[in-house]
Amino acid sequence: MAVKQLSIFLENKPGKMNEMTEVLAENGIDMRALSVGETEGFGIVRVIAADPYAAATVLKDAGYINKLTSVVIVEIPNVPGGLNKVLKIFTEEKINIEYIYALSGERTTEKACMIFRVSDHRAAEAALTRAGIKVLTQEDVAEL
Amino acid sequence: MEHYYQQEIECAPREEILKIQDRKLVEQVKHVWENVPYYRKKMEEKGLTPDDIKGVEDLHKLPFLSKYDLREAYPYGLLGVPLKDCVRIHSTSGTTGKRVVAFYTQGDVDLWEDCCARAIMATGCTEDDVCQVSYGYGLFTGGAGLHGGSHKVGCLTIPMSSGNTERQIMFIQDLNATLICCTPSYAAYLGESMKEMGLKPEDIPLKAGIFGAEAWSEEMRRDIEKTLGIKAFDIYGLTELSGPGVAFECSAQNGMHINEDHFIAEIIDPETEEVLPEGTQGELVFTAIDKKAFPMMRYRTRDVCTLHRVKCSCGRTFVKMEKPKGRTDDMLIIRGVNVFPSQIEAVLLENGYQANYQIIVDRINNNDTFDVHVEMTPEMFTDNVAEISKRQNDLVAGLKSMLGIKAKVTLVAPKSITRSEGKAVRVIDRRKI
Repeated sequence: MAVKQLSIFLENKPGKMNEMTEVLAENGIDMRALSVGETEGFGIVRVIAADPYAAATVLKDAGYINKLTSVVIVEIPNVPGGLNKVLKIFTEEKINIEYIYALSGERTTEKACMIFRVSDHRAAEAALTRAGIKVLTQEDVAEL
Repeated sequence: MEHYYQQEIECAPREEILKIQDRKLVEQVKHVWENVPYYRKKMEEKGLTPDDIKGVEDLHKLPFLSKYDLREAYPYGLLGVPLKDCVRIHSTSGTTGKRVVAFYTQGDVDLWEDCCARAIMATGCTEDDVCQVSYGYGLFTGGAGLHGGSHKVGCLTIPMSSGNTERQIMFIQDLNATLICCTPSYAAYLGESMKEMGLKPEDIPLKAGIFGAEAWSEEMRRDIEKTLGIKAFDIYGLTELSGPGVAFECSAQNGMHINEDHFIAEIIDPETEEVLPEGTQGELVFTAIDKKAFPMMRYRTRDVCTLHRVKCSCGRTFVKMEKPKGRTDDMLIIRGVNVFPSQIEAVLLENGYQANYQIIVDRINNNDTFDVHVEMTPEMFTDNVAEISKRQNDLVAGLKSMLGIKAKVTLVAPKSITRSEGKAVRVIDRRKI
């Protein structure tokens, strides 16, 4: 039930991100979240899209190298200590986090949604579910 | 089974070829003396007359011609026959200044096409094959040369020219092309495009390819052979000497046989201009011994390579030239070190990248900067920044161990480096020295 995230290779130059979002815009691709991991020369843009497969196809056709990767999206109460509770579970399960970013959208007012790229997404989902923490599915993301 | 276009010449004993070379060289020197005042003057400056050249053993006495002479004599100064006897020109982009314009009589075209026909049949192709010529047509010699050679062999010829990759693939499939002739970078590009279209090597009927007009490595050969499912053959030539077909590869695929009944090859030390013994690396020099309109005498090609006269498994007796290691003018001197683009290509392929790269050299505060741009490929891309950076560092280390100097490697978007349809722009040297 992991959610598919799109990772896209971009050169780290003015206008490159815009060229890419232009392709998404032209094709009516709806994004839920975006983050960038960058180096001096290049960046990896990570996108949560309503329909990741449609997004992957239009980007590939436009010549972008991209890959679908599995991430875990966790619903976290928007109160002090909310994130801490989730991270504790990862610590107990010895799950390593590669990176985290947040989901945008109306839903995030009361409950924040955080996107985790972890060493073992299946173990993470199982542990979170056991602890009664909601993990979003692909359908949930599409409906946001 | 080995196929030949002119077996009696291609497999002739060495003494017989030498006899042909002696006779043709003596005639050619007379022809040039009488008809090319520019070269006659050069001979006179050395105190030579045609009587001094009695055969190949006297070749070393003759003056050289170089790119400099082509510029000086542009456009008609090296013409050996009246213009009315010429039937065609071809032209090539010079690295600086004037283009090279070469003239051909009908006889010159014929012997050139014979050379290309030999190259085609050496790949195993015959009149039963369909030859798609995807070299550019026009002033460039690639299209016309292989086109003419294909006619001589009797192949069904598809005069495709370069560009429009999808149509190229459609014709290969629909018209059952078995042989393709183009630049190696375009062959690699075709392979990538096929992959993108979901086509496998077995989905196309090609069995062989003749690739030349730019430098390529053994790794690139294996890459092309794998993605297109063919045998890839090298071909060598220069517009100054007619075009592709001066030398061609046979089934042994380990060097190119020089068409010695038309061209005499020498290897010289580029500094001292001394002739070096066979088997020594140096600058390749050619004398065209029966081309009449544009008779190149001891023309310095700037290509660095080695000649080998060994018994070849294909049965041909022509001397073999190694793939040029680079051009004396392609060779970059960066921070005092000789760098050939082909070395960079080899490191890229070794590290899992494709040979889509560009070298950018500049001089900032009296120091050479050395940047290598490499196209990212789907195979080398992961979601992990650290992993990509690690592979990038491995590449830097590989280049360092090959060249002895450190390059800055930048990963760029696919297809962002100018290339593919004609010759690839591999080197941008912005140094103003």
